[in-house]
Amino acid sequence: MDNPEASASAPSGEDARVIASLRAGDEVAFETLVREYGPAMLRVASLHVRSRAVAEEVVQEAWLGVLRGVGRFEGRSALKTWIFRILTNTAKTRGERESRTLPFSALAVDDAGGDEPAVEPERFATEGRWPGHWTSPPSSWSELPESRLLGAETRAVIDRAIANLPAAQGTVITMRDIEGFDSDEVCNALEISETNQRVLLHRARSKVRNALEEYLEGDRGCS
Amino acid sequence: MQLTNDLTCAELVELVTEYLEGSLPPLDRLRFEGHLAACPWCANYLDQMRRTIVAVRRLREEDLDAELRDALLVAFHGWSAGSREG
Repeated sequence: MDNPEASASAPSGEDARVIASLRAGDEVAFETLVREYGPAMLRVASLHVRSRAVAEEVVQEAWLGVLRGVGRFEGRSALKTWIFRILTNTAKTRGERESRTLPFSALAVDDAGGDEPAVEPERFATEGRWPGHWTSPPSSWSELPESRLLGAETRAVIDRAIANLPAAQGTVITMRDIEGFDSDEVCNALEISETNQRVLLHRARSKVRNALEEYLEGDRGCS
Repeated sequence: MQLTNDLTCAELVELVTEYLEGSLPPLDRLRFEGHLAACPWCANYLDQMRRTIVAVRRLREEDLDAELRDALLVAFHGWSAGSREG
């Protein structure tokens, strides 16, 4: 009997090796993990709490949770998925204590609810021959020098755009597009549905694109 | 049969993520690609979205702030010592 769940009951090769090293108190294994996931964890934590200092505390608390739990970790999910689940739960709890009262899944539903168009509706015709078609069309970015799109200044614009996203949207784009998780891993870590995940990603990416467009093409004298 | 004209630009921009995720049903995918072939503006939009994703990926940092990293290592030693005594 080939049960796909059976293989999931033991951690995969690389995860198993890392977990064994952690249990044995191997500092290098721990530091490698911290370097790998720490920056994204800090970014996600920052979306849930008010200050950088508290976000750092959340990251520390999450790692302690990881260490306390690693002896019992059964590998039902990938190690990184499990780490980010602990992180988001810790961040959520801290966020609640500060002001928010919603659990993450409710936060996710909230951030994916309502009507939030990817592009301002004013940029499409509402009447005439071609309703729903561009009146203020997007320009081509293919001629932009690479330094323009990938330079430090643009990076700061994107950084700010993500920091300003609602927490669930920012968490999903950080995990998917910065950290490279696949959608199953994100759904699993955040305990949200596939559809919910996709809506959050869509809104997050759309807002970052808008911010980039505004920056790259100038806001034409607007504040 | 009319595959290109029954999807507006305003509708297309809302399907971009589903398209990139490969989760559009086959007929919707055909309508999406039909529209793209006929509409350079929406083709620009999709290209902008792809470039946005690449630019976002560049935010990935290779290392954590040294002070926080050191604090975590101290915590690790505490845990490690404690778990061995226990």
